[in-house]
Amino acid sequence: MIRIRSLGFGYPGNAFRLDIPAFEVQQGEKLAVIGPSGSGKTTLLNLVSGIITPNAGDVQVADTAVSTLSDAGRRDFRIRNIGFVFQDFELLDYLNVLDNILHPYRITGALRLDGTVRARAAELAGQMAIGDKLKRRTNDLSQGEKQRVAICRALLPRPRLLLADEATGNLDPRNKAHILDLLFDNVDSHGATLLAVTHDHELLPRFDRVVDFAEFQSGAAA
Amino acid sequence: MIDSLYVAWRYVTFNWARSLTLIACVTLIAVLPLSLELLLDESERQLLARAETTPLIVGAKGSSLDLTMNSLYFGDTVPELISMAAVERVSETDLALPIPLSVRFQARGFRVVGTNLDYFDYRGLRIAEGRNLGLLGDCVLGARAAAELGLAPGDSLLSSPETLFDLAGVYPLKMRVAGVLAPTQSADDLAVFVDVKTAWVIQGLVHGHQDLRDVTDPTLVMDRSDGTVTATAKLAQYTEISPENIDSFHFHGSAADYPITSVIAVPRDEKAAAILRGRYVSVDAEAETQQILVPGEVIQDLLENIFRIKSVLDAVIVVVGTATVLALTLVFALSLRLRQREMQTNFKLGCSRATIARLLGAEIVIILTASALLTGLLLAMVTHYDEPLVRALFIH
Repeated sequence: MIRIRSLGFGYPGNAFRLDIPAFEVQQGEKLAVIGPSGSGKTTLLNLVSGIITPNAGDVQVADTAVSTLSDAGRRDFRIRNIGFVFQDFELLDYLNVLDNILHPYRITGALRLDGTVRARAAELAGQMAIGDKLKRRTNDLSQGEKQRVAICRALLPRPRLLLADEATGNLDPRNKAHILDLLFDNVDSHGATLLAVTHDHELLPRFDRVVDFAEFQSGAAA
Repeated sequence: MIDSLYVAWRYVTFNWARSLTLIACVTLIAVLPLSLELLLDESERQLLARAETTPLIVGAKGSSLDLTMNSLYFGDTVPELISMAAVERVSETDLALPIPLSVRFQARGFRVVGTNLDYFDYRGLRIAEGRNLGLLGDCVLGARAAAELGLAPGDSLLSSPETLFDLAGVYPLKMRVAGVLAPTQSADDLAVFVDVKTAWVIQGLVHGHQDLRDVTDPTLVMDRSDGTVTATAKLAQYTEISPENIDSFHFHGSAADYPITSVIAVPRDEKAAAILRGRYVSVDAEAETQQILVPGEVIQDLLENIFRIKSVLDAVIVVVGTATVLALTLVFALSLRLRQREMQTNFKLGCSRATIARLLGAEIVIILTASALLTGLLLAMVTHYDEPLVRALFIH
C-alpha cells in the first residue's frame, strides 16, 4: 500500500532532516509508528498523504507516485484515498460536530454530500459515543470528544489508507481500547490500511507491526 | 456554491460581533449619501411645490427666509408681526387678493393657522368631514393633524399656552373641531386652521367675560366712572366660546391694528404682481416697514445653499467612505492572517485555493447582502418618514 524509497526531506531554514532509505506497508496492514518527539513521525504522515513533498526520493501510495503529482493531483488523491486523524484534531470552532464531520464534503468537489453520507455520519458518531452531541460546538467538547469527532471525519469517506497521528492520545484507557476497536473495525470492514503514530505502548500489541522511528532512522526498518 | 455559502454563513454567525461591525460599517457608507439624496430630493419637491403655487408674500422687513418658511410651511420661527392694515394696503391697490395669516400659536404640537376662508379656496382645500369655519372658536384640522390627534368634527381641541409661567400671556382656548380637511400632502395637512379672529382670541386680544354692568362683586371692579367700568385682574375671561357667551366677545381698539404674521397676495395677473411689488420699493427705503417676496425665489436661494452644502457633504462622505473601505479591507486582510490555521486545516482536508477563495468570497457576499438589505430597510424608512424628516431638517 505504501512504498517509500530513498526519501529525503528537510524544512527550509531548519536543521531537522528526515532520511528514509526504504519503507513499506502492506495493504490491510495495521502499522504503529513509535519514536521520540521530533523524530519525524508526523512528517512521515504528511509526506505519505501528499500534504508536503519530499526533497528527494519517491513516495508511492496504492501504486500512485504521490510525490510526483501536481498540487491538485495530490489533493485529489488525498481526498479519494486517505483519511487523516490529525494530532491536534484540526476542527473548526465555528462549525458544530456534524458540520465538522461533513466538512470535507462541503469543501471538495470529489466527495458528494447526500442523505446516505449524513446517515453514515450520524451512525459513526453514535459508534464513537458522540451521537448526542452532533449539534454542539466543538469548543464545548472535551479533548476526548474532539478526538472522536476528528476520527469520524477521517473515517466517513471510507478511505483506503487511514493515517492517525496520536488518535487515542487524549483518551482514558477504557475509551482508548474502545476507539481503537472502532478504528480497527472500520479499517477491517473495507480492507483499508492503518498507519498510526502513537506513544501508547500498551496498545502496540494490537497492531500487526510496530516501527520504532528511532531505529528506523538508522535505516533498519522496512 | 451552496456549500461555500453554508460554511461561510456558519463562520459569519459564529463571529457575529465582527460580522455586525462590518455590516454596520458598509451599511453606513451606503445609507448616508443615499438617504441624504432622498431627503434632498424630497425637500426640493416639498419646498418648490408649495413655493411655486404662492405668488407673493407681504410681511415685516427682516429675514425673507423666516417669513417664507412661516407663511408657506408654518415653520416655528415667527417673523416680526405686522398689522391687519397690511391686508387693507394690498386690498386698496385692487391688484391682488390679500389673505391674512397669523401663524404663531400651537395646539397640542400642531401649528394654529389663523386665516380666512379665501385661504381654503386659494389652496384648493376640501372639507372631507364636517363643515368649514363658521363661528368664532371653530377650527378645521388638516388631515394628518386630525389623524394624529384622533379628533373628528364635534370634538374639542385646546390651544397650547405660550409659556406656563407668563400670567399675562396666552391662555388656552377650547376650540370646537368644525371639520377635517382632505389630505393634500402639504404643510396644510399638519395645521389647525382657525379664523384670524379666533387667533386673536387665543392671543387674548379679543376676549369675552361676564358683563361688568351686571357685576355686583366689588372685588371685580376697579373703577366705575362716566359709564365706563374698569375690571380688576380677578375678572375671569371665558376660555371657551359657546353660543351662550359668544356675544360677550369683543375687540378693544381697531381691528386694523391687530397683529398677523404675513399676507399672501394673489395678484390678478403678472402685470398686477409686478406693479404690486413696485409699491413696496419705496423711494424712502428706510420708511418702508414691510417687504414683498416671491417665495419661489427665496426657496431657490435656500435650495442653492442646501445643494452647495450637499456637495461639500458628498466630498466628505467620499473621503470617509474611502477611509472606511480601506479600513475594512485592512480588517479583512488581518483577519485572513489570523485565520491561517483554519485555512491550513481546510487545505489539509483537501480544499483547493480556489475553494478557500470561494469561502472567503461567500463571506463577503453574505456581509454585503446583509448590508444591502439593511440599507434597503433604512432607505425605506427614510422614504416613509421623509416628509416629517424634511420638515424637521429644513423647515423647522
